[in-house]
Amino acid sequence: MAYLINCPHCGPRTTDEFYIKGDASKQRPAAIGDGTMDAWHDYVHIRDNVRGRMAEHWHHTGGCRQWLVVERDTVSHEIYAVTPANTWKATSRKGSSTPARKTPARKTPARKTPARKTGGRAKT
Amino acid sequence: MSSFRFDTGGLIDRSSVIDFSFDGKMLQGHGGDTLASALLANGQLLMARSFKYHRPRSVITAGAAEPNALMEIGEGGRLEPNTRATMQELYDGLVAKSQNRWPTLDRDFGAINSIASSLFVAGFYYKTFMWPKKFWEAIYEPIIRRAAGLGHLSHEDDPDRYEKAYAHCDVLVVGSGPTGLMAALSAARSGASVILADEHAACGGSLLREREEIAGQPGHEWAAETLAELAAMKNVRLMARTTVIGAYDQSVFGALERVQKHVAVPDHDVPVEKLWRIMARSCVMATGAEERPIVFGGNDRPGVMTASAMRAYANQYAVAAGRSACVFTASDSGYRTARDMKAHGVHVEAIIDARSDAPAIETGGVPVITGAVVTNVDGGKHGMKGIEIDRGSGHETIPCQSLAMSGGWSPVVHLACHQGARPSWDEDEYCFMPPQDNPAIIPAGSANAIWSLGKCLADGAARGEQAARLAGFKTTKTPVPKARDDTSHTSAPVWWVKQSTGKQFVDYQNDVTAKDLPLAAREGYDHIELAKRYTTSGMATDQGKLGNVNAIGILADATGKDMHEIGTTTFRPFYTPVSFGALGGQHVGEHFAPVRMSPLHNWAADLGAEFVETGLWYRSSWFPREGDDWLAAMTREVLNTRAHVGICDVSTLGKIDIKGSDATEFINRLYSNAFAKLPVGKARYGLMLREDGFVGDDGTTSRLSDTHYFMTTTTGHAAETMRDIEFAHQALWPELDVQYASVTDQWAQMAIAGPKARDVLGAIVDTNLSNEAFGFLAAKQVKVLGSVPAMLFRISFSGELAYELAVPAGYGEAVANAIMHAGEPYGIGPYGLEALSAMRVEKGFVTHNEINGRVTAGDVGMGRMLSKKKDYIGRMMSERDGLNDPEREQLVGVKPLNPANRFRAGSHLVNPGDKASLKTDQGYVSSVAYSPMLDSWIGLAMLKHGRERHGERIMLWDGLRDVHMEAEVCDPVFFDPAQEKAHG
Repeated sequence: MAYLINCPHCGPRTTDEFYIKGDASKQRPAAIGDGTMDAWHDYVHIRDNVRGRMAEHWHHTGGCRQWLVVERDTVSHEIYAVTPANTWKATSRKGSSTPARKTPARKTPARKTPARKTGGRAKT
Repeated sequence: MSSFRFDTGGLIDRSSVIDFSFDGKMLQGHGGDTLASALLANGQLLMARSFKYHRPRSVITAGAAEPNALMEIGEGGRLEPNTRATMQELYDGLVAKSQNRWPTLDRDFGAINSIASSLFVAGFYYKTFMWPKKFWEAIYEPIIRRAAGLGHLSHEDDPDRYEKAYAHCDVLVVGSGPTGLMAALSAARSGASVILADEHAACGGSLLREREEIAGQPGHEWAAETLAELAAMKNVRLMARTTVIGAYDQSVFGALERVQKHVAVPDHDVPVEKLWRIMARSCVMATGAEERPIVFGGNDRPGVMTASAMRAYANQYAVAAGRSACVFTASDSGYRTARDMKAHGVHVEAIIDARSDAPAIETGGVPVITGAVVTNVDGGKHGMKGIEIDRGSGHETIPCQSLAMSGGWSPVVHLACHQGARPSWDEDEYCFMPPQDNPAIIPAGSANAIWSLGKCLADGAARGEQAARLAGFKTTKTPVPKARDDTSHTSAPVWWVKQSTGKQFVDYQNDVTAKDLPLAAREGYDHIELAKRYTTSGMATDQGKLGNVNAIGILADATGKDMHEIGTTTFRPFYTPVSFGALGGQHVGEHFAPVRMSPLHNWAADLGAEFVETGLWYRSSWFPREGDDWLAAMTREVLNTRAHVGICDVSTLGKIDIKGSDATEFINRLYSNAFAKLPVGKARYGLMLREDGFVGDDGTTSRLSDTHYFMTTTTGHAAETMRDIEFAHQALWPELDVQYASVTDQWAQMAIAGPKARDVLGAIVDTNLSNEAFGFLAAKQVKVLGSVPAMLFRISFSGELAYELAVPAGYGEAVANAIMHAGEPYGIGPYGLEALSAMRVEKGFVTHNEINGRVTAGDVGMGRMLSKKKDYIGRMMSERDGLNDPEREQLVGVKPLNPANRFRAGSHLVNPGDKASLKTDQGYVSSVAYSPMLDSWIGLAMLKHGRERHGERIMLWDGLRDVHMEAEVCDPVFFDPAQEKAHG
């Protein structure tokens, strides 16, 4: 896992300072009105084991104590974005028509094996 | 023994004499020696016994990859097993002991294994010790563990300090050989901040071990000058004795610095080891290359070592394993060894070159036998007598006391592979090349298969500039000093001399022989990862630094695949072993976890409190008088509180201050019960669910104004509840106008409970405490002692007329003392957590013993607190059928028929006459207390259909302690069920 998280409030901080809750793509259904038990079952219990890009709720417990959405790659460990949870939700709601959870996990290409002959080494 | 010290030469300080001991023998060495070189200088060629066959062993290398010369260093709590003698600096008073031998290194009983060695092939344990099954743990494993062992632990506390530290730099250079020095120099000249780390005590890498010239001066002198130049630069940090042990995401590196592993008695103000996290922008991996042994008969005999190790011992330490030597080589390295040893006066009998097309190389007059191989070594624990060679026309022998071997070189690629990338086989250089996946880790010099000194210097300079540019610096071309620039000749490596007659080792440390690998392949374990585990090749503490490539070569040969198809096993941190001490750092003993102390801690301590750990808190548990035990003290405290008045520290409760125009709405969504209409000046008990519908936490929340609330949580869940509240606002309902802050540590809070509580508090609080003015569940901001701002709540966890008073933490002690003073005429006494718990069990109040994450509001009799009129956390899932099943266990009280019979929480409930089993299980006891009011042990329990079963008999079954008793099921409220006292 990535070691440094670029907290939008505090700057780059070590992962030790954070608590990870998990998948941020699910949205809490209403409990009264149109919320169904199926929707709630999905929200509370069902989680994809994502290979590739995913968005997660992280809490900067040892820093600003803000909930963040960390978008990261579970394979390459690349971090794409770190956004405060309140604004991330807002953009995904009104932003694209497909919220983050609908985006299929990005296929990460297998690690490139360097060509056998060159090994990528500079010839001196 | 044949090993000895030259009269002159080496980079050791002959004027400093260092006393040390090996297996009780007093020996001497010099400053600059390693333990290994000092042992060789003393003629102590025999250093160890091998893992499985107990073969006599000496050093094979002069560095970090050493598989043989592992020793116990130090005594008592400082004893460290499995230390590589090649890496251990010599110091005055060093105590070293050999390992894995009995009774002595010289006469080792275990060597009998060697005779029966045909039994101990790969997979031997799996095939042999299978039956009967129960024999494994009882008989086989203990015997095998004793026979095949590494060093011992002393089982004493380590008296030394360890530390963790952080460092930041633009460019990290790993390795201070010619490449690393040039890389550090060129990067530093660009202005980049540079850390240069080297695992050895002395920086300079191969320049200390080889006879080389740079810019017309000896290599080690050039290295010293360059190091001095680097040391003078403000932006350079030199870290000797520091092994970079792992490369992690985002150019974060782990490093182990051995700060005081070279002194007998470390300075206690300084750690002995430091575990570093180095945050770098880029890294030059100038880790060098490891010379490969050749797999031939007797290649483990004392006196046999890699060609570069033999040169290192001669050039740096002025020692040799024997007065005469032979060289067995498949690369040019062997020739350099022949020349260097001859220059030191060692008689070099012959160079045996496996290549029939060996290039003509300067030998210094040593005869060369091309197209020949070594098939066996005549030698044992007292040293070598000679070698047996085969030049295609039968075996012949050459007498000699030592043998240098060189099967070619393997770049040290570990750091480039730690994030999962694999090295690739290079057909031209006959080695695995470092992967280039991570642009921030730049392999340089021989770590990238550049073999000549001149080219390494140039490559180092170029890579250092590249790394600096990557870190955002402008670079200029660094002039490269002149040095040897010959072309390296390598040819197809010889993995295994199959016509060998003696035992041929691939993995020295785990005693894996060449025959084990084809056997593994024949038995189906032909994948390199499987073959590794089946044969244990590469699984020892050296992780196969020497043997792995040979193992891959032999497996490729056996399976008819090429090297690329076989590939390597996975490279994982750490590069070399790291002590648990370093990993634990300063987090040992009292520093293992932080200690939280209430603002009233000293107040309680002054009154003689005994403390108990609850989470990180130390809570006052009981206040003994004249040798009371906890039960007597608790009983006295309860009786006094119920009859007169008591004071208890409840500061550890979680406290959250909540404000905002939407604070009411927010709190209403957090609690399952209604809060929207809580009047100002009132407190209310609230129940919080988790989103899955189970009870999460409880507490009271008071409304101090229209937009200001004060919430309390349980002690244990305070942090979690705070985090959940932050989540609810920030992630779920950011549109609400609400602010919140944890103020747990800002307030000292005390409970004043008992019939006289009103009288006591009245003396110090500036408000009317009458039932009419400040009734049950009233809450108010008040002043105490005339001026101290405080919050007063009429809430009761004891069932008594009770108040909780919160004052700013700094006033806590003074206010508590004032209450004690005011309460003196009324007989006030402090009570602790034990009394608090006993009183709450008497009252049937739940804690996390009951709301343990598996119970619903209905289970604990609070089903009516689930509002049907609003959305709140957990609302929907609490309506699931399973959570409302009438078969669920329900909260009840239990009272043993004999009140003196103590039982324990965790006991199970079984119907009388039933045999205890999962099937007959009726529930469990969650809390137990001795009730001074009932003069009986009582408990709270979760029981199937519990609420309908008051008055029934039940068995309390404690299988763990074998304590079983009959009890009566009753209402969970044992005392004052009408709540008359609390409302009084």
